[in-house]
Amino acid sequence: MSSTTNPSTQHTSTIGAIGAPSRRNTELALLVFAVVIPVFAYANVGLALDGQVPAGLLSYGLGLGLLAGVGHLAVRKFAPYADPLLLPLATLLNGLGLVAIWRLDQSELLQSIQQAGTAAPRQLMYTAMGIALFIGVLIFLKDHRVLQRYTYISMVGALFLLLLPLVPGLGKNIYGAKIWIQVGSFSIQPGEFAKIVLAIFFAGYLMVKRDALALASRRFMGLYLPRGRDLGPILVVWMVSILILVFETDLGTSLLFFGMFVIMLYVATERTSWIVFGLLMSAVGAVGVASFEPHIQQRVDAWLDPMREYTLSREGVLGHSEQAMQALWAFGSGGTLGTGWGQGHSELIRFAANSDFILATFGEELGLAGVMALLLLYALIVERGVRTALAARDPFGKLLAIGLSGAFALQVFVVAGGVMGLIPLTGMTMPFLAYGGSSVIANWALIGILLRISDTARRPAPAPAANPDAEMTQVVRP
Amino acid sequence: MNKPLRRIAIFCGLLILTLLIRDNWLQYVQADELRTDEHNRRVAIERYASPRGDIIVGGEPITGHTTTKGDFKYKRTYKDGAMWAPVTGFVSQAFGANQLESIEDGILTGNDDRLFFRNTLDMLTGKNKEGGNVVTTLNAAAQKAAYEGLKKQGGKGSVVAIEPSTGKILALASFPSYDPSTIAGDGASDAEAWKKLQKKNNPNDPMLNRALREVYPPGSTFKVLTAAAALENGLYEDADQKTETPLPWTMPGTTTELKNEGDLPCKDASLREALRVSCNTVFGKIGSDLGNDKMLEMAKKFGFTEEQFTPVRSSASVFSEDMAPSEVALSSIGQFNTAATPLQMAMVSAAVANNGTLMKPYMVDELQAPSLDTVEKTDPEEMSRPMSAKNAQILQSMMETVVEKGTGTNARIPGVTVGGKTGTAQHGVDNSENPYAWFISYAKNSDGSSPVAVAVVIEDENAVRDDISGGGLAAPIAKSVMEAVVKGKQ
Repeated sequence: MSSTTNPSTQHTSTIGAIGAPSRRNTELALLVFAVVIPVFAYANVGLALDGQVPAGLLSYGLGLGLLAGVGHLAVRKFAPYADPLLLPLATLLNGLGLVAIWRLDQSELLQSIQQAGTAAPRQLMYTAMGIALFIGVLIFLKDHRVLQRYTYISMVGALFLLLLPLVPGLGKNIYGAKIWIQVGSFSIQPGEFAKIVLAIFFAGYLMVKRDALALASRRFMGLYLPRGRDLGPILVVWMVSILILVFETDLGTSLLFFGMFVIMLYVATERTSWIVFGLLMSAVGAVGVASFEPHIQQRVDAWLDPMREYTLSREGVLGHSEQAMQALWAFGSGGTLGTGWGQGHSELIRFAANSDFILATFGEELGLAGVMALLLLYALIVERGVRTALAARDPFGKLLAIGLSGAFALQVFVVAGGVMGLIPLTGMTMPFLAYGGSSVIANWALIGILLRISDTARRPAPAPAANPDAEMTQVVRP
Repeated sequence: MNKPLRRIAIFCGLLILTLLIRDNWLQYVQADELRTDEHNRRVAIERYASPRGDIIVGGEPITGHTTTKGDFKYKRTYKDGAMWAPVTGFVSQAFGANQLESIEDGILTGNDDRLFFRNTLDMLTGKNKEGGNVVTTLNAAAQKAAYEGLKKQGGKGSVVAIEPSTGKILALASFPSYDPSTIAGDGASDAEAWKKLQKKNNPNDPMLNRALREVYPPGSTFKVLTAAAALENGLYEDADQKTETPLPWTMPGTTTELKNEGDLPCKDASLREALRVSCNTVFGKIGSDLGNDKMLEMAKKFGFTEEQFTPVRSSASVFSEDMAPSEVALSSIGQFNTAATPLQMAMVSAAVANNGTLMKPYMVDELQAPSLDTVEKTDPEEMSRPMSAKNAQILQSMMETVVEKGTGTNARIPGVTVGGKTGTAQHGVDNSENPYAWFISYAKNSDGSSPVAVAVVIEDENAVRDDISGGGLAAPIAKSVMEAVVKGKQ
């Protein structure tokens, strides 16, 4: 009896995915839905606004279908065992985002203040660039462990990206947050890319240092306290996030990076004490900075009393914005089932209605049901990411996957929570939904890396070399 | 490494769960509060998203709509806006709504629950939502006569006409008035017009609905009510019985004589004669003889001391409690604290004309669905019976004498029986300000039923003091209003 056909040999591995089907056809079937649903939504917007199917329906449907199809073929060819859900989920969110952006493009109010008008075609172009990068990742990143080599280059790269918005002449201040740079006619949010590069650095660094961080500790009040010198890296990351908070005045970006680091540190060391430290340090940092940074303080005030902020803005007091209250009204007016596509008035949010605040449009037009569905789509992406981390066989892959999906979850929480008035508003955008090139491109790259890790994890182990003793070691069953 | 991974997965799940809970809080628990928040512009957008239903007088709409730019799609327009403003009120994209436009907003916008089924049907068949109509009881000819009369006269004033047998309001005019069309939008010109109409910028206060919301001392017109109280309480039995009234008459508890306007034959005058020449002494004494309680009881039966809902709210007319006898005497001739809205005095006249039965005044006859089906119909409703039919008829004959050969001759209409009473009410410190000229009246068909009762009040700052008397300024307007109604019936 040959060992390769022996069922008991296959079951001795801890990886359940061995011999599992590639699931590429499942992915294709899901992708059809992920393309058809936004196409219907697009038609729906046109019918609601003008009473006719929009002229661009065919080209839009073909464009999205083509992009999804090319993505699928690339996965089939270069990562055949990758997770079947991630690509359809990202395509669906991206497609729905495009529909919402196009819908807001039709608003005369937003056109008149140059907040919308031609955003949808641009976003389609960004999507194409994002999927190109996604395919690039699949083609050129044959094995994610290669990234491990670039640990310290990644650190330098991430710091460079994070500091770019502070370079005079390049950085751009949009509504108080300095997280943008201007290159030609394009605004780029380097933080979105830094998120990925930083995850690579953390994964590489922690993989090497995890034993030292985990084992060398003293026990104190039931917690394992790290040694002083091991505190160094976490202090450095903390300082950097505080600096981001102070100089770029963006709570979200700062929280995202620090949160990602704490999550990865915890996974690497399995020490709860790091979580406690992380929470303490972020609380100290946030409260400390908020006490002297007026911009952060104002965001907190606006969160505590959005109606007062609205009134101040209406009275023409500079530096106040009615967005937060308008977003809450949009959600409330949507109610359980929403007004239906194209029939809401989320354009009243005015600035950033199609980027930071795009969730409010979904809230108003698709209602509670729609927003819950969207949040569950995000939850599914995170879940697939965590599952990839669980399935990954190498610590670097595990750390990178959990870092990326943890950051993704944090970003969704910080943005959606901000728009829904759960936490203070920050200047970040909903992944895939919101208008913005950096966000779309970076998140497609993120999905690409996750697919690569899951492909490696789920790929059947190469057949073991023929073992002459196979017959001998076989477990005999009664 | 897998144990912390699973914990992180739970943590991420909690993050999403928190968002889901927050979303439920926002879009389910708080949804209604947020959706209907007055600052939420969607409330206004919704209101102006579909053409508003019309307010209808005599089968013809007195309102309309036009499309506007921006997110408010439709704007209200008014035909003869200034004339109808006391009836319609206004609805403005920038300044909200009042009076009928506000009270019947649900029907006019189509949001009323009673239109729910129809709206749902429209939604399914893809029809746009429409507003229903408000059909009023008003009479266009009477309203025009009232408003033109006030306008020609030029002073501030008001006219109310009621159909006595039903309580239908036929005319409701106030002058000076304003055209609600000028403030219906939310543009700069609307804001400018709005600012100019505010009382602090315009002492004439054109937005005040004088017919319902202003109380004036009713002066001698109140004597009709005092006469009714005398008859009902059995103080005097009929119109021609001599009263026991000395001349001069000193008010009880004081050394002050109550004066008549000039040298009038008021000594022991009969009720008919006293009403014809408007004796203060006779009616002042009746008031103090009957006492505060009986006078107040009679005033309440006619609707004093309570707000009326037509459905537009009117101010409460005043007759005080706990007054000294001399104060009751003054109150009984419509002075001292006594004050009445023009609607109230029209109700007094209407109750007399309707043989002692007071009908509840109303101006909305019917609410219609957009399909013109009736949603709600107002039925005439008896409000009270201040006096017996016999006493009412005695009072009618007295009031008819006033018009035939008394102070109200200006209201005579050939071929029609008219009863009325003039009034000239003093006001201001030491009566320094110009008096109000009052006239209340009714017209009567040959069968004894009455098609219309009217109250007119005019405050004229420009007129010479002596010229102001109900008969001179107010009676001609009342006459033209009654004529308009009577002619319309023929």
